[in-house]
Amino acid sequence: MSDTNQQEQQLIEWLADMNEDEAFALAKKMLLEEGVDPLRVMDLCRRAMDIVGKRFEEGEYFLPELVLAGEMLENISAVAKPLIKQAPGEAPKKLGRVLIGTVHGDLHDIGKNIVSFMLDINGFEVKDIGVDAPVQTFIDEINAWQPDVVGLSGFLTLAFDSMKETIAAFDQAGMRARFKVMIGGGQIDEQVRNYTGADAFGVNAVEAVNLCKRWMGATA
Amino acid sequence: MNIPEQTAEAKLAYDARWQRIMDCVALKQPDRMPVSFYATFWLAKYGGISCKELMYDYEKTKEIAERAVLEFEPDACLSLVGANTMGRIFEAVDYKQLKWPGHGVGDNQPYQYLDREYMKPEEFSDFLRDPTGFYLHTYLPRIFGAFEGFENFPTLPGMFYFRAITGLRPLANPEFRKALQRVLDAADEVDRYMTHAAQWNKRINALGFPLINGSASGAPYDVIADYFRGATGMMKDLFRNKDKLLESIDMMRQHLVKMTIANAKASGNPIVFIPIHWAPDAFMSPKQFETFWWPSFRQMMIELIDADLIPMPLWESDCTKRLEVIKDIPPGKCIYWFERTDMVKAFEVLGDVVALRGNLSPSMMTTGSPQDVDAAVKHLVDNVWNKGGNLILEHAFGTPDETPVENVRAMFNAARKYAG
Repeated sequence: MSDTNQQEQQLIEWLADMNEDEAFALAKKMLLEEGVDPLRVMDLCRRAMDIVGKRFEEGEYFLPELVLAGEMLENISAVAKPLIKQAPGEAPKKLGRVLIGTVHGDLHDIGKNIVSFMLDINGFEVKDIGVDAPVQTFIDEINAWQPDVVGLSGFLTLAFDSMKETIAAFDQAGMRARFKVMIGGGQIDEQVRNYTGADAFGVNAVEAVNLCKRWMGATA
Repeated sequence: MNIPEQTAEAKLAYDARWQRIMDCVALKQPDRMPVSFYATFWLAKYGGISCKELMYDYEKTKEIAERAVLEFEPDACLSLVGANTMGRIFEAVDYKQLKWPGHGVGDNQPYQYLDREYMKPEEFSDFLRDPTGFYLHTYLPRIFGAFEGFENFPTLPGMFYFRAITGLRPLANPEFRKALQRVLDAADEVDRYMTHAAQWNKRINALGFPLINGSASGAPYDVIADYFRGATGMMKDLFRNKDKLLESIDMMRQHLVKMTIANAKASGNPIVFIPIHWAPDAFMSPKQFETFWWPSFRQMMIELIDADLIPMPLWESDCTKRLEVIKDIPPGKCIYWFERTDMVKAFEVLGDVVALRGNLSPSMMTTGSPQDVDAAVKHLVDNVWNKGGNLILEHAFGTPDETPVENVRAMFNAARKYAG
């Protein structure tokens, strides 16, 4: 982190350590009073989120930290984004596109939302098509948006069949080879992965990120 | 549906089955491994009706539930009619926290809970200061359409002398009167529902089958998380509202214990089913668990035990890393039902403390074959029951809705084949 000054390092640490009030006050001061480049502040946030992700993987952090991290990032983004004067073509390059949704019949979204957030902060372009997503919606969105990975989420056991049906429809539509399919949710295991025909499953958001990074040839 | 007199033969069968469960609780292995039966929407599949019919047709559900119990002959079962026929009461109260068949999901889908913030973070103080007032003015109108109008209910604390009389004026408000009538009508439906459920329970008891539990409750943290603050709200409270959260959890525990003891005593069955949602390994750190979750639940279990009740928490998801903590409970007083926790590991850690219940995997039950089920039961028999474990065999969280009927048959058959 030698490219950060003391103040920047402080922001990263406060965010990574869940010191919400201090981190937000400092980010606001940097953005609104000191005129620090908002893209620089967002980059510092991303570095802090990398630390949060690592601590999650190492078993130091759990879901509550991921949720609070997401909230802190959202609050700082809300201040930073209106200040960003970005020239066309300047958008940071993304690692890949992930389309994600909860399969039809299932209305649960907490896990999916956390996965979307973690993918986003790890450099993926994420499109979330919500809950109870019909097969045809997935197909239409895939055709329109051309994702690299499709994530199917589901919490209930009824999601096993919905996932299987959705993936079978990808096959029938002749599009299955164009992207990878990952599945996740409370009851998902290797037996369900095998049953549905998905490429992989993950038990948490960091596993989803690592799967996508591996598939995109990035370092997991 | 009539309630027959219990025959001498049925009484013997009932007593033998109940004794198996009680032996497990007392950490004595019974004559054979008991099997319990907990099913919700799977009964619709079994009976060839829709989920909606299961929820709305009291008589049909009673018949199907009885047929299932008579076919499988479990050692104890859930109050199957009470657990399933809630469509009419949901409608009567205009329930907002769930979507159910005909109300947001299809006729052949199970009901689903809507995780939302039903109490805002700034409302902790109101809730703590006057919980009854918060329920009447805010919470109940928020979760039940029938209570819309109760916002006008008088605030009772602070009333005195003539003011206690004139303060009743809001009760004359037409909006309140309309709401009150809807609530009274809902109460009539709840009474009908409870009568049907009780009739089925008595009939199934008379036929020789005990209920596995007579009442249900919630863990204090979970009740606040699931039904008040919502999942993400509660996770943020762990950082932002620590003190008020702990105070609310403690207050909720006191109310839950009082309510649970009353309900359990009224049921005549000492076992209290407590589904646990927020204990899983991944949901919070060991420190958060030991600060926010476990102390109130442990105290609740002790208070229930002191009232001669038998807590039966269903530890949902994987709680393997919690085993050493949740072991701290008097031996021979509880049944721990595990969903995804490794049962062999649970037996190693808790075998001399609690009876165990579970835990055939939902993915195997729904997508596997009867041979897979047979092998999974044998695994539990070989590694838990035959090593002295006081195991009540069951699916991971009850029979998954999509389970092929032959897989359920395979579970019961395998239990008898391998463990008496």
